Amino acid sequence: MTDSLVNASAVDKKLKGWNRPPIIEPDGEAELLEVAMGPHHPSTHGVFRMDVALDGERVVRLKPVFGYLHRNHEKIAEGNSYLASMPYTDRLDYICSLTNNWAYALAVEKLVGQAVPERAEYLRVILGELTRVQNHASAIGFLIQEMGASGTPLMYAFREREKILDLFESLTGSRMMCNYMRFGGCRVDASPAWLDAARKVVAGLPGFVDEFEALLRSNEILMARTQGVGILRPDLAINAGVTGPMLRASGVNYDIRKVDRYGIYDRFEFRVPLGDHGDVFDRFMIRLLEARESIKILEQALKEIPDGPVMDGKAKIRGFRPKAGEAYGRIEAPKGELGFYLISDGGPNPYRYRVRPPSLVNLTILEDMCLGQNVADVVLIFGSVDIVLGEVDR
Amino acid sequence: MLGEGILKGLAETAKNFAGSFVSAERLTTVEYPEQRIAPIEATRVFPFLVYDGPEWEAGLRCVACQICEKECPPKCIYIEKSKDKKPDAVGKQQFYPAKFDIDVSVCMSCQICVEVCPFEAIKMDTEFELSTDDRFGGLLHDRKQLAKSNEYYHHIHPTEAAEVDARLAEEKAKAEAKAKAAAAAPKPAVPAAKPAAKPVEGEA
Amino acid sequence: MKTVEEIKAAIETAVPGASIEIVPNASPSGQLSLLLAPNHAVAVAEFLRDDAELALDFLSNATGIDWPDKEITEKVKVMRQVLKTVDGAEKMVEETVDETRKHVQPGYLEVVYHLFSIEKKHGPVVIRMRTTNRTDQVQLPSLTPVWRSAEFQEREIFDLFGIVFTGHPDLRRLLMWDGFKDHPMRRDYVEPDDFEYEPTAHDEVLARSKAHQAAGQEGAGVGL
Repeated sequence: MTDSLVNASAVDKKLKGWNRPPIIEPDGEAELLEVAMGPHHPSTHGVFRMDVALDGERVVRLKPVFGYLHRNHEKIAEGNSYLASMPYTDRLDYICSLTNNWAYALAVEKLVGQAVPERAEYLRVILGELTRVQNHASAIGFLIQEMGASGTPLMYAFREREKILDLFESLTGSRMMCNYMRFGGCRVDASPAWLDAARKVVAGLPGFVDEFEALLRSNEILMARTQGVGILRPDLAINAGVTGPMLRASGVNYDIRKVDRYGIYDRFEFRVPLGDHGDVFDRFMIRLLEARESIKILEQALKEIPDGPVMDGKAKIRGFRPKAGEAYGRIEAPKGELGFYLISDGGPNPYRYRVRPPSLVNLTILEDMCLGQNVADVVLIFGSVDIVLGEVDR
Repeated sequence: MLGEGILKGLAETAKNFAGSFVSAERLTTVEYPEQRIAPIEATRVFPFLVYDGPEWEAGLRCVACQICEKECPPKCIYIEKSKDKKPDAVGKQQFYPAKFDIDVSVCMSCQICVEVCPFEAIKMDTEFELSTDDRFGGLLHDRKQLAKSNEYYHHIHPTEAAEVDARLAEEKAKAEAKAKAAAAAPKPAVPAAKPAAKPVEGEA
Repeated sequence: MKTVEEIKAAIETAVPGASIEIVPNASPSGQLSLLLAPNHAVAVAEFLRDDAELALDFLSNATGIDWPDKEITEKVKVMRQVLKTVDGAEKMVEETVDETRKHVQPGYLEVVYHLFSIEKKHGPVVIRMRTTNRTDQVQLPSLTPVWRSAEFQEREIFDLFGIVFTGHPDLRRLLMWDGFKDHPMRRDYVEPDDFEYEPTAHDEVLARSKAHQAAGQEGAGVGL
């Protein structure tokens, strides 16, 4: 461990560019303490390691190390048919399998120019926004858990998440590994009973968000621990390709639902919450506010959803062979921009299949945010990035 | 006032704590395995093979076409096609799987096999209590373990099974009408109609 | 937003000497890409980022592609002198003959970057670079000094494809461990057979594991 830290430090000193992390010199002759946080640290969201060099309590260098969950998802996908990769995408960001399905389906639809029926688009929006609500709820729950509030807030978040997962199970057959979307629509139609159940769950969500906010927002301990901690400047955030709630907490107005207007997002009225300071507290609040906006979208979509087929008539399940070409499709997943880049050579398998994982790219600036902070805050800053290792390592 | 936020939060916790005594909806956990929540119809766990009639071996719908074996993403299905043909449930001569194994330690419950099967022969089970002390052999299910009756299918997924039955009956009626027309015609018999290769669009 | 042709023209005026080629794409997505020559790539990238009209400040996706050597077989008609009997006498006659010719199209490694603009809210502009071959000349300039988001993604490409990015501040393996030798995403990568086998229905794994152990390569089973 020490080798890589020392070497990396020397390299960084040579290349002190404007987008490199600042070099923090330790005080006087203080001896640096090097700590490997993880991979079996309870607050690293899985198997993730941070090699941290400490000067007392202060972080002077931090290198993320990962790959423990690497199974070469891209290679597996290149050996499988297009359809057979769909269930594997569930396992990227396993908290939000439906948005992964959506991103992959969108990229393939771009590749072959496939249309999607109206009702399927509405179902995708409903499921995508439900996914966002439950992802943000659990992300906040985990963040508070890492602050030391073990149990209560996380369990409240999970109680609500459970209701949404029950909805997923009764529609798609599985709570987390939904495998629901197909190229040109969705696998099964939602029954009127399911839509009623969804309306009931959505009607209960604003109350839950209020309760969650009352529990946490004005808590003095939370504010003391999170405000002014782990600040991310907007220029660095853009240059480092940070996306999603992280980027918007730094005050950059960029939401792919608004920019690309993929699917039918141009039909819904919702706002994009932005942060002022780009600290951990902002990232936490942005997620709460985004959950509120998602509920607004859900209410509109559940009111307007039309009848009709959920699969396009021309869509193929077996013998799917796109013409040679390439396409990059992306969506605003709960964690940021999730993109799929596909190259077809005309065969039944993709020639190249690439996942652009938001979690991995958002980790690029982890060191920048942690430098000069206390080691106890590293866990918090890391938690506020909101990653899933299944997606980082692929 | 300092501490106001904390008091507010504690009030919220107290409300939730007391609430579970008042409202059943707030009580969200059950004591498994003594208590169980109502099964959800669409639930899927591992695949099983459907058979019609009383005899599992004679009634298997599977004709060993091996599409599912090819399409299975983690490659957990292993099929050996029979050398001879035997009559299926409706009396047509068909191949049958001499061997049909599913390694449930590899299976990821994605139900792609169900979607690609043109014969409605493989469906998703809801049985999840499959733990065994034999890590390898105990989790490799052979065709006898996998065969479950159509009645069982109706029991676990009533809506979907009814749809499948209606679709099969329709196809059978069509095939019979075609056979009758072929028999009535003076021309030599047309080869038996191929079963319509239709993707399954049921929920399972 | 400017079309790909306009972007090409803009780059060629701004960066003298930069040679740019437009790579076609038959897919309905219509995402054409610009192939950059490696020696001018950083200057072009800086132009794309800083140009007021393009303002491509956000590098979203960076990835590698492996194009191995391809053997192309084609039939060509060739004129040839052939010895033939014409009117009882042997003569040399010109004749067209079908001939199959084989030639190897050399392979290369490619990197693809997808650029967007957060300021102008447009994109994607796709840029690519190609290495000379797949074996020893696999250096390409790193774009990390221009867009920091390439940092981990280029490390991943280095790890999985073996493209060496010159100018990358911290080029180490990202996902595989440090002692690992090969590059798993290359098309000709051979999977190791020294893993601890688990019998599957197909048992290919078992057969390979047994073959490995029979060959006396001890240490099998303990994942390197």
